[in-house]
Amino acid sequence: MQAQNPAAASALPKLPKSPTGIEGLDEITEGGLPLGRPTLICGSAGCGKTLMGIEFLVRGIQEFNEPGVLMAFEETVPELAANVASLGFDLKNLQAQKLLRVDHVHVDRSEIEETGEYDLDGLFIRLGYAIDSIGAKRVVLDTIEALFSGFPNQAVLRSEIRRLFRWLKDRGVTTVITAERGDGSLTRQGLEEYVSDCVILLDNRVIDQITTRRLRIVKYRGSTHGTNEYPYLITEDGISVLPVTSLRLEHEVSDQIDSSGIPALDEMFGRRGFYHGSSVLITGTAGTAKTTLGASFARKICQEGKRCLMFVFEESPQQLIRNMRSVGIDLAPFIENGLLHIEASRPTLNGLERHLVTIHRLVKELDPYAVVIDPITNLISVGNMAEVRSMLTRLIDFLKVSNITAVFTALVNTGVGRAEMTEEGVSSLVDTWVSVRDLEGVGERNRGLSILKSRGMAHSNQVREFIVTDHGIELLDVVIGPTGIVTGASRLTQQLAEHAQDLAAHQEAERRDRELERRRRVLEANIANLRTEFESVEEELRQITTHEQTRHQTLQSGKQRIAAANPPIQNPPAANPSGE
Amino acid sequence: MEPFPDPLAFPEPAEPEYSLHLYITGATPNSTRAVRNIKEICELHLKGRYELVIVDIYQQPELAQQEDLIGVPTLIKRRPGLVRRLVGDLSDHDRVLKALGIMRLPDDL
Repeated sequence: MQAQNPAAASALPKLPKSPTGIEGLDEITEGGLPLGRPTLICGSAGCGKTLMGIEFLVRGIQEFNEPGVLMAFEETVPELAANVASLGFDLKNLQAQKLLRVDHVHVDRSEIEETGEYDLDGLFIRLGYAIDSIGAKRVVLDTIEALFSGFPNQAVLRSEIRRLFRWLKDRGVTTVITAERGDGSLTRQGLEEYVSDCVILLDNRVIDQITTRRLRIVKYRGSTHGTNEYPYLITEDGISVLPVTSLRLEHEVSDQIDSSGIPALDEMFGRRGFYHGSSVLITGTAGTAKTTLGASFARKICQEGKRCLMFVFEESPQQLIRNMRSVGIDLAPFIENGLLHIEASRPTLNGLERHLVTIHRLVKELDPYAVVIDPITNLISVGNMAEVRSMLTRLIDFLKVSNITAVFTALVNTGVGRAEMTEEGVSSLVDTWVSVRDLEGVGERNRGLSILKSRGMAHSNQVREFIVTDHGIELLDVVIGPTGIVTGASRLTQQLAEHAQDLAAHQEAERRDRELERRRRVLEANIANLRTEFESVEEELRQITTHEQTRHQTLQSGKQRIAAANPPIQNPPAANPSGE
Repeated sequence: MEPFPDPLAFPEPAEPEYSLHLYITGATPNSTRAVRNIKEICELHLKGRYELVIVDIYQQPELAQQEDLIGVPTLIKRRPGLVRRLVGDLSDHDRVLKALGIMRLPDDL
């Protein structure tokens, strides 16, 4: 029993503690209740004091092998057994195994007559006998103040209860005493809190018609402890305390990238997706396809063969599946093969803390790779802003620590409060913030998507228009008009205009080409004419030359003939024609 | 626990009229006083009509739970009439007698 805190061995001995086994409580108390000392659990009616006491005993038996004694002043043994049976605690069986002893102390004023001095040795002996008979290490006294209603002599009772605490300490049993809360003090008698070494206050508050149970450690002698008020729940598995935040900002980080499920959106991120284990917020006004974006992500995760958990607060799973099918995102096969789990509930069904516990429980149970919560803003209807914020902080922390990629969608209204909620409350916690919004133009709305922030990677600064087609979300290429990026009908107009321009330019070019061709042809024709002319002139000239030569030759040959026939002194008759 | 005594059959000759069980814790002052007081009262008012059992619950701790004891000493009157529990050292004789349903003797007044 002393070896529960091995780390303490080297340093100064720390206060030995007895772990309760109650979810979350050991974290707040930094190890459990003070070992071998009394702890008071106080609170008003319906807080679960008795339950906490019994759970302390049962967990002690089941998890730490420490038998326990329950001394009940208010409820009988069968009543107690029936009350906790719904939590899976089988008191009867534990009693049969001699691990638990339940002793109902019946106190009835009408049956008791005080006839002189007395002490409470009867109680001591009963308790001592019960402890010895099973070797108990843990004792629960359920509402010891019931004694005050049975015994009128307060002075005796007070001194006897003090003696009882002392006696329990001496026996070295870890004791839990429950007490009703008094007016202005922790207990009605104002006694138990002073003699206990640890005081846990349970509180049951109704704010805006929603009950929240809270737990606070008022004192803990000899040990540090969480001092905040921690919400706790009574679940099917007993009490579950939720530390407000366990994040010490030292969680492991991943360098791995998860795709958003939309290739064009991935392109907008410097590393083509989100870091694994980061939290992504998708904000947008109503009808901007936030859920569709979330569902695409979920589908992508499932397609990669990893497990995804979806919490939807607006639609039933069937409705979601049907609606997503209409945009070509078929989630049904993944539900069938178990990769996708859709948990749908109305936000108002439970208090915030309960939602948080459900998420915790399912995450622990299913160990998903990614979680989609759609939408977180609906939870505002459950609690006030501060509560929702703290709950979301815890949720985001929890998922980050568990290294689960989380996609949250959030509805942003133009109304005052909610937009701030998102901006102040969550956006500083998330790593990636994608904003989808209506781009309202002339007589129409279009959807635009932009990345507001993305920690640890570059991202596009463009507002991309996207359309929801029957095969998912498609991001459109950016179209730049005369006054910037244009969308919707303007984009179409712009595209048409550009098309017309292109066409005109094309036609113009064609026309020019034709003109050139024509001119070329004209020129070529001219050239051909000139050449023909030239050729004819050339021909003519050639003919003339030929004639000339022929005549010359004829003349020459004639002269020779004449010279041969006549003496050279004779005047040649043919000399005249040649001189013409 | 005890069957309600049938008034017609009362008193049964075989058993004494009063059945008293005194539970004490060893020799503590309260216990010693209680023993002395009850003996005195019985001898004075119930002579021959009572049966007194003195139990030391240090010796039989299992009886503490069985008899649902809290304060000690406790005197349990099993007969006659309803079971009554008297807590304390029984030094308040008036209350003891009243609780046991014994009329005071004239000479005591």
